[in-house]
Amino acid sequence: MGGNLPNQQPQLKPPDIQSTANGHFPSGNAPSYSNGPTNSSIPGFPPTPFNSNLPNAQYNQPPSLVPPNLTQPTNLGSYNQAQSSTPSNLVPTASLKPTSSFPSQPPYQQSSQPNPTFAANPNLSTSFNSSASSAFSPLKPISSAPQFPQPAKPNVAQQPNFPQQPQIPQPTPSLGYASMNGPANTVPNSSIPYNPPQMTTPSFQPPGLSNVPVSSSFTQPQLPPVPSMPTSAPPQQLQQNSLTQSSSMYQTSSSSMNGFPAPGPMGTIPTSPNLAPAPQNFPTQQRRPVAGATSAGYMQQPQQLQQTQQLQQPGYPVPNPYYGQGQEQNRYVDLRQERNLIGYGVDDNEINLPSTVVNPNVNVNPAVFRCTMSAVPQTQELLKKCRLPLGLTLHPFKDLKNLSIVQTNIVRCRYCRTYINPYVYLPDNRHWKCNICLRSNDLPDEFCWDPATKSYGDPTRRPELHHPTIEYIASSEYMLRPPQPALYFFILDVSSNAIENGYLHTFSEQLLINLDQLPGDDRLLIGFLAVDAMVHYFQFTDPKRPPKHLIVDDIEDIFIPTNSGFCVELAHFRESVRSFIQNIPTLFEANASTSNCVGAAIDVAHKLIAEVGGRITVFQTVLPDIGPGALKNRASSEKPDPKNLVTATDFYKRIALECTGHQVAVDLFVLSNGYVDLSTLSEISKFSAGSVYHYPNYHINRGQVQVKRFQRHFNRYLTRKIGFEAVLRIRCSRGLSLHTFHGNFFVRSTDLLAMANVNPDSAIGVQVQLEDNLAGQHTVCFQAALLYTSSKGDRRIRVHTLCLPITSDFSTIFNQFDLKASVSMLAKMASERALSNGEIADSKEGLLNAAIDALGAYNRSVGQRSGVVLAPTSGGLKMLPLYILGLLKHRAFSSSSQAQKRLDERIAAMLQFKNAPLEVIMLEVHPALYAIHNIDQFEESPQRLPLSYERVNRDGIYLLDTGNYVYLYICSGVRSEILQQLFDVSHFGQLDEDTVIEQRTNPLSDRLHNFLRTLQSQRGLFAPIIVIREDSPQRDLFTMRLIEDRTENAHSYIEFINHLNQEIQR
Amino acid sequence: MFAPDEFFLRAAQQAAEEEEENFADFSPAPPFRMAFTFAAFAYLIALIAVAFCIFFAIYLVICIDELKTDYKNPIEQCRSLNQLVLPEYVIQFVCFVLFVFSFQIFSIVWNAPLLAYHVYRYMNRPVMSGPGIYDPTTIMNADQLSKSAKEGWVKLGFYLISFFYYLYALIYTLVTA
Repeated sequence: MGGNLPNQQPQLKPPDIQSTANGHFPSGNAPSYSNGPTNSSIPGFPPTPFNSNLPNAQYNQPPSLVPPNLTQPTNLGSYNQAQSSTPSNLVPTASLKPTSSFPSQPPYQQSSQPNPTFAANPNLSTSFNSSASSAFSPLKPISSAPQFPQPAKPNVAQQPNFPQQPQIPQPTPSLGYASMNGPANTVPNSSIPYNPPQMTTPSFQPPGLSNVPVSSSFTQPQLPPVPSMPTSAPPQQLQQNSLTQSSSMYQTSSSSMNGFPAPGPMGTIPTSPNLAPAPQNFPTQQRRPVAGATSAGYMQQPQQLQQTQQLQQPGYPVPNPYYGQGQEQNRYVDLRQERNLIGYGVDDNEINLPSTVVNPNVNVNPAVFRCTMSAVPQTQELLKKCRLPLGLTLHPFKDLKNLSIVQTNIVRCRYCRTYINPYVYLPDNRHWKCNICLRSNDLPDEFCWDPATKSYGDPTRRPELHHPTIEYIASSEYMLRPPQPALYFFILDVSSNAIENGYLHTFSEQLLINLDQLPGDDRLLIGFLAVDAMVHYFQFTDPKRPPKHLIVDDIEDIFIPTNSGFCVELAHFRESVRSFIQNIPTLFEANASTSNCVGAAIDVAHKLIAEVGGRITVFQTVLPDIGPGALKNRASSEKPDPKNLVTATDFYKRIALECTGHQVAVDLFVLSNGYVDLSTLSEISKFSAGSVYHYPNYHINRGQVQVKRFQRHFNRYLTRKIGFEAVLRIRCSRGLSLHTFHGNFFVRSTDLLAMANVNPDSAIGVQVQLEDNLAGQHTVCFQAALLYTSSKGDRRIRVHTLCLPITSDFSTIFNQFDLKASVSMLAKMASERALSNGEIADSKEGLLNAAIDALGAYNRSVGQRSGVVLAPTSGGLKMLPLYILGLLKHRAFSSSSQAQKRLDERIAAMLQFKNAPLEVIMLEVHPALYAIHNIDQFEESPQRLPLSYERVNRDGIYLLDTGNYVYLYICSGVRSEILQQLFDVSHFGQLDEDTVIEQRTNPLSDRLHNFLRTLQSQRGLFAPIIVIREDSPQRDLFTMRLIEDRTENAHSYIEFINHLNQEIQR
Repeated sequence: MFAPDEFFLRAAQQAAEEEEENFADFSPAPPFRMAFTFAAFAYLIALIAVAFCIFFAIYLVICIDELKTDYKNPIEQCRSLNQLVLPEYVIQFVCFVLFVFSFQIFSIVWNAPLLAYHVYRYMNRPVMSGPGIYDPTTIMNADQLSKSAKEGWVKLGFYLISFFYYLYALIYTLVTA
């Protein structure tokens, strides 16, 4: 019955948002089995056949799983590839991480203060206790698990433990199973034919334990520890050591094992093994009176004792890999001392999942889907206490290289409609337990068929259980109406200003080049509209002849002059369209009209294409000043008014919502040399899932950089992938809920985003709130499913699943803090706030508080001392102040007079924060500075330098990579050979800033251009290269982005940290 | 012959006068005649008006709940909600004005904060051309949604209390004035 509903609906209603979204996307209410008219608005979502009537044809023809007509870079042999790709994820790289944390150690060693971790912090101890009482089942068995040969009794620890247990846990597969079966009472998974290679032990071992040296350290306990090596070295040297020699890490880590004191006589029952004893303390611990025999001593060192005991359990399976890391990760760095934070790099956190899920070793690509915390706090109190933002960043339609695409019966949870994914539980071969709603489902018979090996019986081989990101080719059940042709509609500003800045030449050139590359099938439709004080229609009637040019000047009451020919099939009218595009620049050459009525044009354009849906591209060079949606120049007054950031009228928003209802997206290219009220105009894109491109001071002759930028962006814009009629639903585990969405789309429901178009260059952010205690759950899952119509006219579902462990450990939360996701989330939140209420100061305060809160919470947790600002060496928290400072100094939020003058640029920056993918935001906030004058002397790519002018030598050439531009800064003292090699000029004075740097045949130039290409390949949008001489008036472009330096009205980094310190101390 | 007539007339007159006096003694006739004061009128109107407001508040709560749980389209939901915002505010304002004119101090004090809130809320509404305060693009934010739901419940409580108070005050005015 449910299957009929979507077919009936189109006749009943216009294809507005409601019917579309309902029909296309299932609700969480398992509607398939309910009947009756009440459900017609809640989707009559067709039931996926689950248990009985399976289409057997599907699994009799496994080769047809991948259709032959795929054009995007797909992985056709995905099934085989799945097997081979997994091992690369097996060995956790976390064991290498602690090396980089050593430089932080010396300051503490020198200060010889009592270690902060041991400062009997009440916060810490409470959090540990709460974790002990929590229902995280892998932890509980420690005191009661039967497999322990020596359950921890009070008298155990009184004996010298080292000789007693000469064995240490060997990294063998059996250990992995042991740990897996330990909590088996929660998930009866013993019958699953697990693949031993997938259950590799490293993921169950704490990094420090997995190395052979550990065993020697245990068998010879009387050896004196070797703590002096790492601690006595000067910081700089240490850092180099640790960064370059990975072997030294093992040395130090084993020595730290050695440094464990003998267990005290207290014999504490380890309430919780997940404590994170600070390994940086080992040398000092060693000299302490071991064993705090008194109760006071016990109070001081509970963590240490527990840790010790835990390590000495023979064959003790570390219950959760992720807790084991705590011992390596709990080092910290004093932000007031450490200057070269960038040297640590911005690594992604490793996600260690419990082994109970089907495939714990695969993780979703962090560039696609990531959470601000790689381990989710178990309780609300914990989240409140750590004061970190919780949110997701999602790049749903990113261009992916190894995307596996399947056409198969789509298996979904019958209760919550979750798609089957690698993180479900398979209690046996007949059932699967949904990882979102935790209810059990039947596994369809055909799911046991492995199309790659043509064997039957093992469901774990299916690609659905191997890829966290997978794309299904959906059947007609997922369609509300037949896939519509791709439709591209262009609205061109042809007012005198547009003619003056000459963008039409670039437009027509690029469109002509790419006309045959426009994504779409044979039915592809195209149409044009030109706008000045009137609306110019172009009606294509004859494939051989140019279009009729119809002009409507009644813009207040705009109408469509005739009923056909404005949007025509490109295949049929190719000649005509081509010659028309060629003639566009000349057609309006003599236009003297200075006004623009784009509001009327968008209104009428969306009515023209409402039946089909598609994409409207608006080119705008001036403020629309007449007709509906006319705007006033609000930036003319001297004093900046906060209201100017806020939209002036809701006209564009209303049109955008209408467009969304008709599956039309509006993209906006602003090529202005003045104020166009971007905050108001951009609403047309914001709520119709479009994107905004801003090219300030565009002029075809005077601004080559912007012309180049527009040319490349428009090229990519025309040829990139596109999806139509899309909806994105994000499901999350119980206890969590989605709070606020940031990005360009229309929020259709609490978890459903309507996007008329999706493109690979847009990302979204979601704030998440923790509503319930997560005790009892092993993992937290987020699943984003994007249902869209590809340009080839098939309906597809791209499913991303993110699975994260849950932690109740305070320090783990900080160690697993994800800098990139957090910075992107904070940037989105701050932009949202500024754009909604106009108060930039409000946003800045919010950003500042985010840093103060996070660092303050961490410093309180490790036991605060005055005069230091501590941050864990692992995880991204140590870089947070730097990035917050970058945000505060970014032109979006900067209070400098220059930023205030250019209102549109500020708003463009905010809009970019809301919509851009992670990598662009990260570079915009904290640009990457490289020295390139000696780039040919090293094999590897140049290192990022701290963003301070003191790193800029007078004889160097520096490359500053911001998200939108790449600056090449040439100092006056640079050697002439270098100039000769790179720019073909003999000395600095001859250097021309407008020069286009070409690749020349010499190693330096080769290296530079290779490097530039590498940088370019890491982002979606082209960033032009701007050459800046040291004595140039443009120099500010470069120096303003050196965020660690003081500027006219902003702190330097040191001052900022000191300010944070004061705030934290308060 | 004349005398008895005169007597009778006098007696009748006397009786009538007595009767009149008695009547005056026994029942408070003048209050009943002047019973329907302006204050009572105000309360009567307010009673009816607040019944409407109760309906609006219930409708708001239901709509917000539908947005939260069902998959109602926020555009349509906001449209129907926005139609009721100004009527509610106007009704509340009219009641307030009536109370001001009838010098009902307690009712004025009781209604003033809500009136102020209404003015504040409408001043700070999102930029929109039509009447109303609900913006379909932001209503789905969890904090907006919970704020609106909370507002609905609080208003419902407020109007219910108002309703019973007005009822009491109406009777009280009728009885005591």
